[in-house]
Amino acid sequence: MQPLTKLLEAALFAASRPLTLEELISLEPEAGESAIRAALEEVRSSYGDAHGVELVEIAEGWQFLTRREYAETIERAQFALRPRRLSPAALETLAIIAYRQPVGRLEVDEIRGVDSGAVMDKLVERGLIEVVTRGEGLGRPLLYGTTPSFLEILGLKDLEDLPRLEELSVALRRPTPVDEPE
Amino acid sequence: MTTPITRDAGGGGFVVELEKFSGPLDLLLHLIREDEVDITDLPIAKIADQFLSVINELGLNQAADYLEMAARLLRIKAQMLLPRRLGDDEWEDPRAELVRRLLEYQQIRELVDWLGRAAEHKAERFGRGYEAPPADAPPAPLQIDLNDLLSAAERVISLIPEPMLHRVVPRPLDVEGATARIQVLLEQHETFGWSDAVGGDPQATLVDVLSTFIALLELAKRSALTLSQPEPFGPMVIKRATAHEAA
Repeated sequence: MQPLTKLLEAALFAASRPLTLEELISLEPEAGESAIRAALEEVRSSYGDAHGVELVEIAEGWQFLTRREYAETIERAQFALRPRRLSPAALETLAIIAYRQPVGRLEVDEIRGVDSGAVMDKLVERGLIEVVTRGEGLGRPLLYGTTPSFLEILGLKDLEDLPRLEELSVALRRPTPVDEPE
Repeated sequence: MTTPITRDAGGGGFVVELEKFSGPLDLLLHLIREDEVDITDLPIAKIADQFLSVINELGLNQAADYLEMAARLLRIKAQMLLPRRLGDDEWEDPRAELVRRLLEYQQIRELVDWLGRAAEHKAERFGRGYEAPPADAPPAPLQIDLNDLLSAAERVISLIPEPMLHRVVPRPLDVEGATARIQVLLEQHETFGWSDAVGGDPQATLVDVLSTFIALLELAKRSALTLSQPEPFGPMVIKRATAHEAA
């Protein structure tokens, strides 16, 4: 293993959260981005199938995670706990914010058909969404977006990892007038 | 019509049943799935009736969001009943907006399933030093410096505008007096007019007029007299109630 590779391995081992590329570059700024990327690949492949943990690309960064097959055993031994499940209301709200961000409270309410204020406050508290900007218009409403923690709890690399709307079985038809035969 | 919701016989309640649906759109989608109807060609009358009966049975009519949707459905139902000319290009399907919202919401539900699965999947892999999110910490104790507090108070006080004082004079209505006056009139005349009731005084104040009006309404409620107005904006006719009506 290259010294740079070992350095990255050590940093990723020590961290309890995903480290972003910028953070990893800051360990050895002289090395340059492409060398860091190559070293990351080397860490990943050297873990391969040979270990109980693997290097995973997640939340716009990298993190060592235990392999899925040990989840139950580790949990039974209570070395670690699964995070609490999100309620359907929370997931609905997250889905809307993930796809419409930056989005205001009113639009979320409108799509869900119910008041979502309390749910959104909870999501802000859990660090899954945050105010990203203010909108135009009356009262300059707060607009929300998802945070890296959102990607982390879903195990996503980035927002591109979300399913594309065209892939859903319910394609959202634009309210275009239907062309009726003359 | 079958009720698509299973309820316990105890008619348990509002809270439990409400949690089954995350909102009126969810309930609507449920009804549409139950009926296996085409979402883009909603049989609006049928769906509206079912929606109303479900929220009635479940007591969801206490929830404003559901009531709002019920009102919306009824309006669309009414709009669908309005006649329209054949080949009317201007005609817009009143259901279009609702259908769009339902499709959009259905899409969100599909994403919810996807996100839920992704979270489950991720939960099977632990990072280092994972700790369950801590319980909400109590807010940090406030640190207040007396001088800061005083200057803050001064700032607030300086912002208070000079109070505007109004003297409010009570002008009690004399409904009892007016009632007595009208009752005397009733004994003397079978019918009489508004100006008689006020007392024929051209100087009658607003308070007199209001007192008389309330007295008349009260007496009409007690069936001591009947009020009528033969033509729009015409004079009011006050008529003694017959024994039959009084009973």
